[in-house]
Amino acid sequence: MTALVSIKQVVKGYTRGRERVEVLHALDLDVGAGEFLALMGPSGSGKTTLLNLIGGLDRPDRGEITVAGERIDRLSAGRLAKWRARNVGFIFQFYNLLPVLTAERNVEVPLLLTKLSSKERKRNVAAALELVGLADRAKHKPSELSGGQQQRVAIARALVADPTLLVCDEPTGDLDRETSGSILELLKLLNEKQRKTIVMVTHDPRAAQYASRRLYVDKGSLTAAPLGVAA
Amino acid sequence: MKYLPLVWAGLWRKRARTVLTLLCVAVAFALFGLLHGFTAALDGIVDAMSDTRLRIMSRVNIMQPLPLAHRARIETVPGVEGVSYYNFFAGYYQDPRNGVQTGAVDVETLDAIYPELELDPAYVEAMKKTRNGALVGEDLAAERGWKIGDVIPLRSSVWQRKDGADSWEFEIVGSYGSSSGKVPTSELWINYDYFDEARSAANGTVTLYFVKIRDSSRAASIAERIDALFANSTSETQTQSEKDWLRAQIAQIGDIGFFVNAIIAAVMFALLFVTGNTMTQSVRERVPELAVLRTYGFSNFAVVSLVLAESLLLCGVAAALGIGIAAVISPPIYREFGAGGLTLPLPVVAAGLGLAAAFALVSASLPALRAQRLSIVDALAGR
Repeated sequence: MTALVSIKQVVKGYTRGRERVEVLHALDLDVGAGEFLALMGPSGSGKTTLLNLIGGLDRPDRGEITVAGERIDRLSAGRLAKWRARNVGFIFQFYNLLPVLTAERNVEVPLLLTKLSSKERKRNVAAALELVGLADRAKHKPSELSGGQQQRVAIARALVADPTLLVCDEPTGDLDRETSGSILELLKLLNEKQRKTIVMVTHDPRAAQYASRRLYVDKGSLTAAPLGVAA
Repeated sequence: MKYLPLVWAGLWRKRARTVLTLLCVAVAFALFGLLHGFTAALDGIVDAMSDTRLRIMSRVNIMQPLPLAHRARIETVPGVEGVSYYNFFAGYYQDPRNGVQTGAVDVETLDAIYPELELDPAYVEAMKKTRNGALVGEDLAAERGWKIGDVIPLRSSVWQRKDGADSWEFEIVGSYGSSSGKVPTSELWINYDYFDEARSAANGTVTLYFVKIRDSSRAASIAERIDALFANSTSETQTQSEKDWLRAQIAQIGDIGFFVNAIIAAVMFALLFVTGNTMTQSVRERVPELAVLRTYGFSNFAVVSLVLAESLLLCGVAAALGIGIAAVISPPIYREFGAGGLTLPLPVVAAGLGLAAAFALVSASLPALRAQRLSIVDALAGR
């Protein structure tokens, strides 16, 4: 399988007060195109930091990160923003929808940066909402939707610009078991039918079962995680 | 335009705060429009005044009468085309607090001295035939509801009739207007001859002379020659062009431009904190949302532009509302100052909108800087 994401010897640390804390230590990782990877691990292990690096939200202190053939660790802030707009869809634990916008306006946000006409944007937004089963909720604001519905809107927003890679940070962390199941089924469907590469951070072993591969992040290093490992 | 819903929605995130800020800015710009409009209107009135018309009054003060005999001597000055005269009546209607600007005029010379006056010759004829006739200015007629045929009983706080009475009756026989706004139409004009014969004192005198000259560039020298005619007499004169006279009157009030600018500057400075606070709070509350925009590829510049656009929209709408209010209420106020027909000058509108734009950019500069420095990772983590 061709690697869509290739991480080599990546080191990342943060300064907290006067102390420098290294979160990731010379980490290597390849994620194949079309793969559904679950990253698990305890809090503070560095999994969200790794996810942020893969999604181009943060930069490594050292090492190389190549995604879809682009060395994103070398890109300027402006070019990295453009790269994210073209290549990555983000799904967050708390949905992070804009509360003042309707569902369809939220989904439209990534398309505002494209050259699509208003009509084309509307068509794509409708298709994305249809895909997540929320076509009838297009005019609703986030406060008028349930948690599961909000997360579906967030997934539609992540998909609408047709990115190659979806990065999901605890996408079911704020949902009940039944709703979590339906969201994970949707992600699996997107992975299998639309060949979206998905990297998902989760604490939940049941959520990780939906992934095609599971890795365990512990103290800034990666290890293969046996099935059923609890965080 | 495609970003407008995003900007608009951000603006209305906290409706009450936005409405209150909008009203604050609107009131400030209404004040801006009124005050700057007033000074611009004053300039407009001065500019509109004729500089081919001279105004002669007593050197002592404006209430000191000048002999009517001066007229013949003034007419001899080279460059003088015509002479008219005027006497204050100091009239009031029923109550001394209910003053009516009234002047005794020579109707025969009005047309020559005031070519910009809109006066039907039939009304002039009617004045000649009706000794106690009166011409009512259009503004005064509209204000009082007076019309041709009405008999207006006026009393004068200065002039008594020969029989000792201070009540006078005038019949309105016509009206006059001035669509150019160059002649105030808020007065009642009565026949000088009738008034002079009837009054008990100061007969054969006038308060003012108006002189029409051919060449405005000679106004100063003609004025000097007229004043020289009566130098060292018991009735010395002071002659000025209408424009210079009005400019001097306005200057007596004080440096109006300075006062206006000082008031506006103080209001705007205080307002800067109000809008700056609104924008700062608005951005602070939306840091995670701005981070999401950045996540989806919005550049620093795009996010900063959204913040600035929000401020521009808020201040622009509020300023347009305020200046619109000023534009509606200004004309009646100008009319009260004798400048009927004037509207809020366009340069004031343009300056107001320009100021609003600058104001919006300055008040949003700090929040925009914060948005520009935003770290996506920290913002999403709630740090």
